[in-house]
Amino acid sequence: MSGLVQDPATAGGEASGGLLRPGFAEPALDAQRCFRTLLSAMAHPGRIHALDVAIEPPARLMPGSAALCLTLLDAETPLWLDAACADEEARAYLRFHCGCPLVDDSRAAAFGLVGGALPPLGDFAPGDDLAPEDSATVIWQVEALEDEGPLRLSGPGIDGIRALGLAPLPGHFLEERARGHAAFPAGVDLILVAGSRLVGLPRSTRIETAGEG
Amino acid sequence: MTAESSRPRVPQGAGSARPGYNYAFLDEATKREIRRKLLKAVAIPGHQVPFSSREMPLPPGWGTGGIQVTASLVGPADVLKVIDQGADDTTNAVSIRRFFAETAGVETTTSTRRASLIQTRHRIPETPLAEGQILVFQVPLPEPLRFLEPRESETRRLHALAEYGSAYVSLYEQVARHGRIAQSYDYPVMVGGRYLMRPSPIPSFDNPKLDRNPALLLFGAGRERRLYAVPPYTPVESLSFEDRPFAVERSPQACDLCGATDSFLDEIVADDAGSRLFACSDSEYCNERQRRLGRSVVAP
Repeated sequence: MSGLVQDPATAGGEASGGLLRPGFAEPALDAQRCFRTLLSAMAHPGRIHALDVAIEPPARLMPGSAALCLTLLDAETPLWLDAACADEEARAYLRFHCGCPLVDDSRAAAFGLVGGALPPLGDFAPGDDLAPEDSATVIWQVEALEDEGPLRLSGPGIDGIRALGLAPLPGHFLEERARGHAAFPAGVDLILVAGSRLVGLPRSTRIETAGEG
Repeated sequence: MTAESSRPRVPQGAGSARPGYNYAFLDEATKREIRRKLLKAVAIPGHQVPFSSREMPLPPGWGTGGIQVTASLVGPADVLKVIDQGADDTTNAVSIRRFFAETAGVETTTSTRRASLIQTRHRIPETPLAEGQILVFQVPLPEPLRFLEPRESETRRLHALAEYGSAYVSLYEQVARHGRIAQSYDYPVMVGGRYLMRPSPIPSFDNPKLDRNPALLLFGAGRERRLYAVPPYTPVESLSFEDRPFAVERSPQACDLCGATDSFLDEIVADDAGSRLFACSDSEYCNERQRRLGRSVVAP
């Protein structure tokens, strides 16, 4: 899409003067580049990657999470938005550019997009042992990602141990991840986004805090 | 003028997909679905993820799974290498390389080191792979338990329960019959200590290269509609017994063309008298060695 498109759903909205912001300038090539960055992020959990795409997202979405939505979502992928992301502008943008169903029940969503406090991961579909791929992927917009910090990651894709700093770091997150790991191969996959930088945290990654052994 | 040079030249760079086709042949919705499934495959190392698998312009069995994975990955910044049984110059490898040069405008190479993306049938290159590279395997039969349990509903359950006893029994029967594990290709592996995986029919010679490989390994089975993956640095262990450890079968010969003793060799009948030639299966590796030895290069 190029230029701004009038959308009746947002006509008169405040954030963008009722105009939808554009999606990818080159849909096939931009999606390809974003996907390769994301694939590398999921294959190297905890390593910070930068998306190389110019995008003006709706006010409540970060450029990185908007680009990932444009890359991954379509009519086959129900999306759940938390309250911090779900204003009318974001909903209209995702409906128009991705054509994805927006669902109120997070358990029914293939993808979650979280802009506020991370909800319990148990709110999302984990898949089961027979079909662990039928699980949700949660895109979580955070304030900061650092390649040093208190988190120690290990598992597939990591040569030894990798450090990660993350803000905010909600108290329930580590405990839930540890509990979730026991349910492997079922589990929720996370993509952390800060601006246009991102980190993949697939379910296979073990997360401990420094000093925990 | 040859047929090759009279064809319209493919312009270089972005947007050079052949007119009338979407970039890299597949439509965007199909690529998105394969991409989502690839991410799940990476998140669950060794687990087979079902995918839609489209009709491709060549029959299943000619690498349609690998081609669909490559089409979902490839971009103008890539350098693509395609090998068939190790060789860059066989029909299937040449056709697939040309297919992506035309539909994705991608630069192609025979160099393992230069390639960012390598599609392969039945071999892992001899030159060690590096971090950031992606190796895409064409897989005919993804299910390691298929010949032990024909029902898909049951093999799924066996994977869910990590119940792999029958695979060990099958290896034990080989020991009982031959005095050793006789399987020399398609040798089953455990990925990340959880999933039994069929490494596509690579020779067991290549199995050790799967273990903690710095490259991302992706597997596509077109006819069987399955994708699976081994992320970088993931432990991959060939099945064995304490008293029958996994051992790579090595031929006593050296390559007749480059003298290599560390590569996988093909045995080639050289003339009507039945004389034999042993040559590297990895054509680029062999050519490179011949060049370094100052010999005139002979294709294996």
